[in-house]
Amino acid sequence: MTTLVADSLVFARRNIAHIRQVPEKLFDVTLQPIMFTLLFAYVFGGVIAIHDGSYREYLIGGVMVQSLAFGIMGPASAIATDLREGVVDRFRTLPTVTGAYLTGHVLAELAAILIAIAILSLSGLIVGWRIHSDLPHALAGYALLTYFAFAMIWLGTWLGVTVRTPDAAQGLVFLVMFPMTFLASTFVPLGGLSPTLATIASWNPISAITAAVRELFGNPTGMPADPAWPLQHPVIAALGWSTLVLLIAVPLALRGFRRRTAG
Amino acid sequence: MVYDNDVRGTNKLGVEAEGLGKRYGDLWALRDLDLAVPAGSVFGLLGHNGAGKTTALKILTTLATPTTGRASVAGHDVVTHGARVRACIGVAGQAATVDGLLTARANLVMVGRLYHLSPAAARARADELLAQLELADVATKLVKEFSGGMKRRLDLAASLVARPQVLFLDEPTTGLDPHSRNSLWDLLRAQVKAGTTLVLTTQYLEEADRLADHIAVLDHGVVAAQGSPAELKARFGGERIAITLMDAAAIPRAAAALSAFVDGVVVEYPEARQVVIPVRTGTRLVEVVRALDAAGLDAHDVHRREVTLDDVFLAITRRERAVKEAA
Repeated sequence: MTTLVADSLVFARRNIAHIRQVPEKLFDVTLQPIMFTLLFAYVFGGVIAIHDGSYREYLIGGVMVQSLAFGIMGPASAIATDLREGVVDRFRTLPTVTGAYLTGHVLAELAAILIAIAILSLSGLIVGWRIHSDLPHALAGYALLTYFAFAMIWLGTWLGVTVRTPDAAQGLVFLVMFPMTFLASTFVPLGGLSPTLATIASWNPISAITAAVRELFGNPTGMPADPAWPLQHPVIAALGWSTLVLLIAVPLALRGFRRRTAG
Repeated sequence: MVYDNDVRGTNKLGVEAEGLGKRYGDLWALRDLDLAVPAGSVFGLLGHNGAGKTTALKILTTLATPTTGRASVAGHDVVTHGARVRACIGVAGQAATVDGLLTARANLVMVGRLYHLSPAAARARADELLAQLELADVATKLVKEFSGGMKRRLDLAASLVARPQVLFLDEPTTGLDPHSRNSLWDLLRAQVKAGTTLVLTTQYLEEADRLADHIAVLDHGVVAAQGSPAELKARFGGERIAITLMDAAAIPRAAAALSAFVDGVVVEYPEARQVVIPVRTGTRLVEVVRALDAAGLDAHDVHRREVTLDDVFLAITRRERAVKEAA
């Protein structure tokens, strides 16, 4: 067990060194959310009305969840690159604990995600977002964000051991995550959508997770009068969705890694 | 047969294999490989691409599981005691498996840490190896900026980090310039002198000749010939004269005209309009040219060369292979 931790930390340190060398790797979880915050706050903010508060306070929960959803990208392209370049074969000839390579990636991505959450909170504060709940709820909000990010990282790990090239991973993430994060209450309240779209968005896990974050931070939720079940119980739904992703992604990632590296 | 790995760990065999085979789908990449490499010796696996060299190495380094047979490295079974094997081997693959986004030094420190050296020991070992492999000047450079040869040297350094009992190198000098090749050979000799068992694959007979105590020639997954370099050369070696004719149709006439000089199996390469003749020692080039001239044959090129792996292969598998390749 201690060797697993030690080996994972060596691998995690490697990934963090990569980020130091190629800071662009962090753009999707740092600069991109700042850009979204500014664009939505200043460009769309004026035309999107939230019945229970200000749009900027509404927006930040959405941007946070969207950024963390894109946390799939980091591990997916890093692992796909490693597998393609054969560096994993070298690791497998070393007396390291099986699985440490993957847990190392997850640890490094989590560290990057925590930085991203801090940057997001700061940029939120700058545009006028505030936490209106008490400390336990605020902490619960951050814990929920981290748990969701953890699930997304494992989803990305599974993707990374499945796809053949890092480009494929990137393309797939964009193709799935852009519609998924937009067809939700991420940036616009559900009341503004057509009935069909509103139904889809209500059951989109991203909507439940943003609603949970908004609720825990005491931000406006822009909730319609009679929302769907997941939006009535957003915290439970958010935990449920994240747990479901983990239950599926972790075993598949481990199995996929064994398969890719079996000779 | 049942072996006790711990008892075997005390004997003097570096690498052992019995009936080792690996099947991918319907294809046997390796069949019936028997090895007995004494500790502190050099064993060369020769063969073309796809001959099964890399497959054999993958099994011995625990990267692949054998379909048949068994193997042990430094006395540990590669299937049942993979972790023990990994703790006492060093591996450098065909592709330089170093991390481009780390510095040379960081790569070696990382590998040292993964061998569970202390941070200080890993750093000290990294610096020692960087100096030994003439990489000290570029220690803090990112590896992605390295030339192919520098990457290979760093890869080799990574395989030496834990002072392995058994070192496996897959085509270590492919793509290296002559100077780097010579210094790498020197380094490997020094390692072996210090007691390391070395198993290397190569496409170059010359390399195996310079380094190996024992050679196995693999062809389509099967050992086609085995022995010391001297034995193999005595069987298949000697000088060759390669004649490139103006017309492939003239090959049989050329072979007939030169029969007096032949010592071994003549190999024809119709697609290259070439015939390669193993000649008796002392044959002079001018005699060959005169004989061709006397037969009324014109040649585009006539030259003398040392025996190559190709020649050994073709000598082993006779003409069938040359015919098959031409088809």
